[in-house]
Amino acid sequence: MPQHNIQDILKKRILVLDGAMGTMIQRYTLTEDDFRKGWFEGHKKPLKGNNDLLSLTRPEIIKEIHAAYFEAGADIAETNTFSGTSIAQADYDLQHIVYDLNYHSAKIAREVADEFTAKNPDKPRFVAGSIGPTNRTASLSPDVNDPGFRAVSYDQLVDAYSDQVRALIDGGCDLLLVETVFDTLNAKAALFAIDQVQEEKGTALPIMVSGTITDASGRTLSGQTTEAFLVSIEHMPLLSVGLNCALGAETMRPYLQILNKNSRFAVSAHPNAGLPNEFGEYDETAELMGAQIKQFLDEGLVNIIGGCCGTTPDHIKAIADLVKNYEPRRIEL
Amino acid sequence: MTVPPLKLSGLEPLVITKETNFVNVGERTNVTGSRKFLRLIQEDNYEDALAVALDQVQGGAQIIDINMDEGMIDGEKAMVKFLHLIASEPDIARVPIMIDSSKWEIIEAGLKCIQGKGVVNSISLKEGEAQFIEYAKKIKRYGAAVIVMAFDENGQADSYERRIEICERSYRILVDVVGFSCQDIIFDPNIFPVATGMEEHNNNAIDFFRATKWIKDNLPGAKVSGGVSNVSFSFRGNDKVREAMHSAFLYHAIQNGMDMGIVNPSMLEVYDDIDKVLLEHVEDVLLNRRPDATERLLELAETVKGDGKKREIDLTWREASVQNRLSHALVKGIVEFIDEDVEECRHLFARPIEVIEGPLMDGMNVVGDLFGSGKMFLPQVVKSARVMKKAVAYLLPYIEAEKDGVRQAAGKVLMATVKGDVHDIGKNIVGVVLGCNNYDVVDLGVMVPPEKIIQTAIQENVDVIGLSGLITPSLDEMVHLAKEMQRAGLRIPLLIGGATTSRVHTAVKIEQNYTNGQTIHVLDASRSVTVVESLLGDKKDAFVAATKADYQKLREHHEKNRGAKTYLSLAEARAKKQVLDFEGKITRPKQLGITEFSDFSLAELTSYIDWTPFFQTWELAGRYPNILKDEVVGEAATKLFADAQAMLKQIVSENWLTAKAIVGLWPANSVGDDIEIYTDESIKEVLYTQRSLRQQLKKADNAFNLALSDFIAPKESGLVDYIGGFVVTAGLNIDEHVARFEADHDDYNSIMIKALADRLAEAFAECLHQKVRKEIWGYAADENLSNDDLIKEQYKGIRPAPGYPACPDHTEKIGLFEILKATELTGVSLTESLAMLPTASVSGWYFAHPDAKYFGVGKITIEQVEDVAKRKGERVEVMERWLGANLEG
Repeated sequence: MPQHNIQDILKKRILVLDGAMGTMIQRYTLTEDDFRKGWFEGHKKPLKGNNDLLSLTRPEIIKEIHAAYFEAGADIAETNTFSGTSIAQADYDLQHIVYDLNYHSAKIAREVADEFTAKNPDKPRFVAGSIGPTNRTASLSPDVNDPGFRAVSYDQLVDAYSDQVRALIDGGCDLLLVETVFDTLNAKAALFAIDQVQEEKGTALPIMVSGTITDASGRTLSGQTTEAFLVSIEHMPLLSVGLNCALGAETMRPYLQILNKNSRFAVSAHPNAGLPNEFGEYDETAELMGAQIKQFLDEGLVNIIGGCCGTTPDHIKAIADLVKNYEPRRIEL
Repeated sequence: MTVPPLKLSGLEPLVITKETNFVNVGERTNVTGSRKFLRLIQEDNYEDALAVALDQVQGGAQIIDINMDEGMIDGEKAMVKFLHLIASEPDIARVPIMIDSSKWEIIEAGLKCIQGKGVVNSISLKEGEAQFIEYAKKIKRYGAAVIVMAFDENGQADSYERRIEICERSYRILVDVVGFSCQDIIFDPNIFPVATGMEEHNNNAIDFFRATKWIKDNLPGAKVSGGVSNVSFSFRGNDKVREAMHSAFLYHAIQNGMDMGIVNPSMLEVYDDIDKVLLEHVEDVLLNRRPDATERLLELAETVKGDGKKREIDLTWREASVQNRLSHALVKGIVEFIDEDVEECRHLFARPIEVIEGPLMDGMNVVGDLFGSGKMFLPQVVKSARVMKKAVAYLLPYIEAEKDGVRQAAGKVLMATVKGDVHDIGKNIVGVVLGCNNYDVVDLGVMVPPEKIIQTAIQENVDVIGLSGLITPSLDEMVHLAKEMQRAGLRIPLLIGGATTSRVHTAVKIEQNYTNGQTIHVLDASRSVTVVESLLGDKKDAFVAATKADYQKLREHHEKNRGAKTYLSLAEARAKKQVLDFEGKITRPKQLGITEFSDFSLAELTSYIDWTPFFQTWELAGRYPNILKDEVVGEAATKLFADAQAMLKQIVSENWLTAKAIVGLWPANSVGDDIEIYTDESIKEVLYTQRSLRQQLKKADNAFNLALSDFIAPKESGLVDYIGGFVVTAGLNIDEHVARFEADHDDYNSIMIKALADRLAEAFAECLHQKVRKEIWGYAADENLSNDDLIKEQYKGIRPAPGYPACPDHTEKIGLFEILKATELTGVSLTESLAMLPTASVSGWYFAHPDAKYFGVGKITIEQVEDVAKRKGERVEVMERWLGANLEG
């Protein structure tokens, strides 16, 4: 399907990743019924807020959002599958829906991407299967009184990720994106699952990994420095490694510099629109974010850039307009 | 193409390049190599097992090897448990892990636990190519480096030729078939003993060196490792020879390209320090330079047994210039000659103030630098401060005789322990450390009300205010003071420190109340200087901004986590109480009512002392007694311990302190979460009702939500149960000695006596508890436990203290003190925050049930606070304040 080789394109220009899905969904003021329509009418647990389900129940909304980002200039769309593992869906008793959810999410993103590629073949659009961190940590105990306890095992994570990855590949993704990594052991389990599934299916989708630095000392939630995080995942031949979420663009910069210096892969960044204000809203404007991202570009830090929480097509447009003027960070892929 | 370096990681990266020196792999967390570690694992004593790992990392191990291969233990389970626990100890987890096992199941279980990039130790061609490929492929997928033993289907390589043949074959399979990154391959070409008396072993070392060189020259990217202590196996019992052999072996192996190895750092001599004759004999053996090399080394070994190094007091430093002597005295903390040296120095300068500004400050700067870079430790710094204070005191009359002798300080810091709190060791240490760094310290002492702090801050025009507190009610006092400072319009930065304080509490509860100035949590004394420097220097704005951002993040994180925890309603929690069997488990105390000890023997208490917390007080990390031999702090710890022993001897022989105690044992029953304590066994008249708090955090289905009342037989059972209470102190009369030391500018001994009195009080609590179990109550009359067992809490029953995790409500102390008549009989009183005075005191309850155990109540909801307020007949707001630290949110 992808006639275009993303590795080649990455050598020529900076690629733009899309922005936040949740922020856009919020604009639709949906009700509980929207999350059930046609699929989960009689489900016992409330489902509102389980945004991934909308790929099944309101696919036209998700397609509209993908289209809005492509329109704004994004090269890569992330599937609406951030919580698409049986572990994350267990909170809603929806473990059984994981295959459908990922398959259809990938499929609708594929359709929109192909429409845009057809319209402008010089700017091929890609679909990255979004693989979130799940809501459990494999190297931290949730119980301070019992540091040896683990709420999830490596094997459970590998199983859950394998199911998600199979469906994402079947649905037509071009890439796989392991993102918002706050515990590197979770990410290693995801990479293990991807490696196994790709071997079993005979596929070789390029893999992107994006970690999350959660504190000012530059460490992940599970305590690793940015460089240690990179060392821990670079046994896999990745397309890119990067950072997303948690910090705004400004605070992310020193850690991108570390990746820029040490990574033999492409470097990606999709920061939040600043930090949430006291009401939990992201209020950094497209202009302000653009100005900060300009610094990344001036320093030649990135190959792929986009937005995380709080970003909108306006932010992505500002970014897409900006990157046209810059050469990508040099890489040997 | 150049090969990339070998990169490993724990929480931090370890990049091994050509320029990297030899990488030292810690070997003590290995059950096959360390009997002590095996015993700890067998006894399920993971806490001490972790201390072994921490010791190694602090001692300089860059990777830690973990091995659980022992028939008596479940190796897979032990490996997983240990790795899980290590993951929550950042000081250990910062280095990469080497998973060491001969069993694949254990290796694989280990690989599933480490988030960093570790090393598998080891795989080999022993069981054939197919097996080797399968394992290698999995290791690659798990993302680890691998050690390959020079071992194949025909056995272990024992010659140069076999070593290179097997290593080359393994390398080709790994790189060509499996696709393993060549830099992630590490060979262990087998280190075998030399000087065994068997001729075929004469080339064992040389063959290893040659094989190492061949591997490095011919297999791009590959590394070489090995277990060094094997080589000296023949000389077990003669450490001097073994140390020399290890060093010489490593010297040659590294010359040939060895990259890393398992080495016990305490079994290494510095190569250049090896006695030349011994070195020549050792190298004759290693390099097989003459046929009689082994006999000659054996012969020489007889004469070098044992270590004859002796230390004498070296006074050669007295011959140096007076400036150098002052600097030496400051760094070494020597007071003997300070007056004469300062006097001599005074004549070299025009004005006495210049002695302080010149040589003395120069010396203190050296101390500050050494402390800052981790080369000096707190007890040494406090000793240096003592020298400085004495020197300044000597000069003061001369300075005052001049009119304008004003010294320029780096800044002025106000220090105080907040209202209601009397614990001042930590505050005093911070004061000393700041003083050493040329800050003026205005010390307002203990229990200082907020008005006085604010007023003094304004009058003295201080640059920073530092607050200290040890007990939980002090946290609330700090919040209160922050609000008062805001109201008074102060802009002075506020530092928060002390055992119960934390970064999170400071961020969530204190900082926002004082927006005019910045509030900063300071973890320990050693950080205080950096923080104050940052606040007073030109980088203040950046530092404040970073702190603000950090605290903002902490608040958000806290807010997020708050939602993540779920609590049971009080009714649900009560439904999950632990129902114990009391029938036949109750022992009637031999001596009901009150037993008094009005002047307990201090000598008897010394054997009950748990020394580990003593070293913590002085910010020396490690467990006693191992800390005395610790590579980093061992020397400082040993000196400190000697000083402590000397003072302890004086305390005992000259009766500096008086120890008193009171014990009460009464009939009791639980009624709901309350414990009714009765005047006599007719259980008609209630003497006092103890209100227990119950855990409310949601737990696993089969876990209990405990309250202390669960450990006492319920009234409806018809059984009469018993409870005990106690107060001990070892701090009576301490004030006169503290005053004496302070008058002599001797912070070192002033802190020392307080720290020792605290230890004696804890020892007294331990000793008295034993007496209660064996004699006064007598429920464990034939108990026979060592002091170590006592420290590990292996006794039957518990003695939880009000204000601590099992009963966090400080107000229970009021009732306990009343029914014991404690203030009247022991002289221990309670402050308004319910801290005990003297500080070297301990109080608590006794529970005897065999299943009673220590637990933490943890966070509770407002529902329980309201409930306990009602039960106590107290206003909710009042209880909310006392239990603030435990209230969720």
